[in-house]
Amino acid sequence: MTIPAVLRRSALRVRRDAGFLAAGVPLHLALVPVWSWGVLTLAETGNWALVLPVSAALLLVGVPVLTAVQRFRHRALLGVDIPRPAPVQQRWSWASAARRLSVTRPWRRLGYHLLLGPLLAGLELSVLVVAIAGLAGATAGGWVWALPVGVRQDWFGYATQLPCYTLGGLALLCVVPWAAGAVARLESRPALVLLGPSRAQRLQERVDYLAGSRTDLIEAVDAERRRIERDLHDGTQQRLVSLAVNLSLAMATRPDLSGGAREVLAEAHLEAKEAIAELNDLVRGLHPPVLEDRGLDAALSGLAARVPLPVRLRVDLDERVAPAVESVAYFVISEALTNVTKHARATRVVVTVRRVGKVLRVHVTDDGLGGADACAGTGLSGLAKRVGSVDGTFRVSSPAGGPTTVTAELPCGL
Amino acid sequence: MRAVIAEDSVLLRVGLVKVLEMGGFQVAAEVGDAEALLAAVEEHRPELALVDVRMPPGFGDEGVRAATEIRRRWPRTAVVLLSQYVEERYAAELLAANSSGVGYLLKQRVADVGEFVAAVRRVVGGGTALDPQVVAQLLLRRDSDPLDRLTPRERDVLGLMAEGRSNAGIAEALSVSDSAVAKHINSILAKLDLPVADADHRRVLAVLRFLGAPRA
Repeated sequence: MTIPAVLRRSALRVRRDAGFLAAGVPLHLALVPVWSWGVLTLAETGNWALVLPVSAALLLVGVPVLTAVQRFRHRALLGVDIPRPAPVQQRWSWASAARRLSVTRPWRRLGYHLLLGPLLAGLELSVLVVAIAGLAGATAGGWVWALPVGVRQDWFGYATQLPCYTLGGLALLCVVPWAAGAVARLESRPALVLLGPSRAQRLQERVDYLAGSRTDLIEAVDAERRRIERDLHDGTQQRLVSLAVNLSLAMATRPDLSGGAREVLAEAHLEAKEAIAELNDLVRGLHPPVLEDRGLDAALSGLAARVPLPVRLRVDLDERVAPAVESVAYFVISEALTNVTKHARATRVVVTVRRVGKVLRVHVTDDGLGGADACAGTGLSGLAKRVGSVDGTFRVSSPAGGPTTVTAELPCGL
Repeated sequence: MRAVIAEDSVLLRVGLVKVLEMGGFQVAAEVGDAEALLAAVEEHRPELALVDVRMPPGFGDEGVRAATEIRRRWPRTAVVLLSQYVEERYAAELLAANSSGVGYLLKQRVADVGEFVAAVRRVVGGGTALDPQVVAQLLLRRDSDPLDRLTPRERDVLGLMAEGRSNAGIAEALSVSDSAVAKHINSILAKLDLPVADADHRRVLAVLRFLGAPRA
């Protein structure tokens, strides 16, 4: 950056900080008349019945207005956003009133405006005074001639004192940007703490927001899987079946074809059927409609019957669980069975699904080689992520030599 | 013999018409959803309704519900359900109401025209045709009870019985003699505590009821 640019930037910042401080003085002193009037009147007359309601009414009106103006002042002049406490959306009751108080915390704002305000005003004023004194001193040579002759001669010795005033003023002006910035920064902290929501509340809001957006994301992913399943079902799968049917019809209606032609037809027919079977296996893992229609129990038999080794399926569910949980459980079992088929060299698999209290517990156990690593490869770690997305836990126990057990516990009592 | 086809994919509908016509059926109506299917069956009173499970508007189990209703209201119309995937739960619901004149097959079975037409004829004759994949699912659901007592060969025979095959069909599929099949069947019925009945058909129904019975 060039030197003029640096100067321009710091000049802008000084102007902004000074404006911020100057605007703060009247705001921070606004309640001083209220309490000084109250204290004085009370000392003079001892009239509680007058002082208490009047000052309470003034504070009730004044504090929210001042808070709003302070919020605007911080945002507009300092770029600091003081969030509003989230409104409590409950019908009125003692409990909700208490909660509202604990959320909005009016005493903190009262303390800020009533007690801290005057202190801050003092700080602001001193910086402003230093700035004005610096300006006055630095420019003394420019205006000193306008003073009456007597004052001029008494206070400013032209030859000796005036240069001192000028130098002193310049020195003060050098301090002003730093002091103004420091006070402005210092001010923003208590304002955030006392006028904004508490840290616990901010975190709560953040957690609520993140939980909500994660749920939306999971739903979006599920919807996307359903859409893909549906598109494949309505499009490609029907086309392939139709192709295989036509090939079969061709073979059935044209027995007069030559041996070579028949062979080609038979091969195409076989290929088409294999393509159908492969695509079916793939699509079945996405999101079968029966999962939505009849639930997890019904959907799992189709999955288990596809595994080319004996599967024992035990599902112990009295009622349906949330769709997102069903979907994750189905996905976990589907992937676990695929892994068993591909890698485990097992002779049998046991799948159990049981609801224990508010947890859906899924086990997939095989008697294969073991040695599966939850960290290696995308299969198992993908499962762990999917389970984590509904706040579930995922474990793999796979000692070398087997057996391998994949366990997922999914909260479903929400 | 007249047939009504309910299938929302126009492409596949054309193929189904050709296959049924080749099998000696006359296609009275082709429709694309369950409501139109019921209307068509009421109008034409066909011997066969060939029904896709997944149809508009919900693309869920419309065909299963329509099939149950057809069997209830027009018992003379046999129903063969077709689906991209078969589900034992739908089969159990279908068989719980009435297990004769019902078929439930994967769509890809249509691509073996000869076998498919034979299965459809069996259903129209009051029999049953279940896809081997449904049978596999049903057996899977049942492997912790009396079925454990069956030998592997007996399980094969039971599976073929459940698909709706005759003794001769089973003998051919397993390359054994008819008398061996009869012996296996008697042994199965004894092990499953089922009464020995006269006709093949009643035995099949008994087995299907056993397999499709709701789990306690």
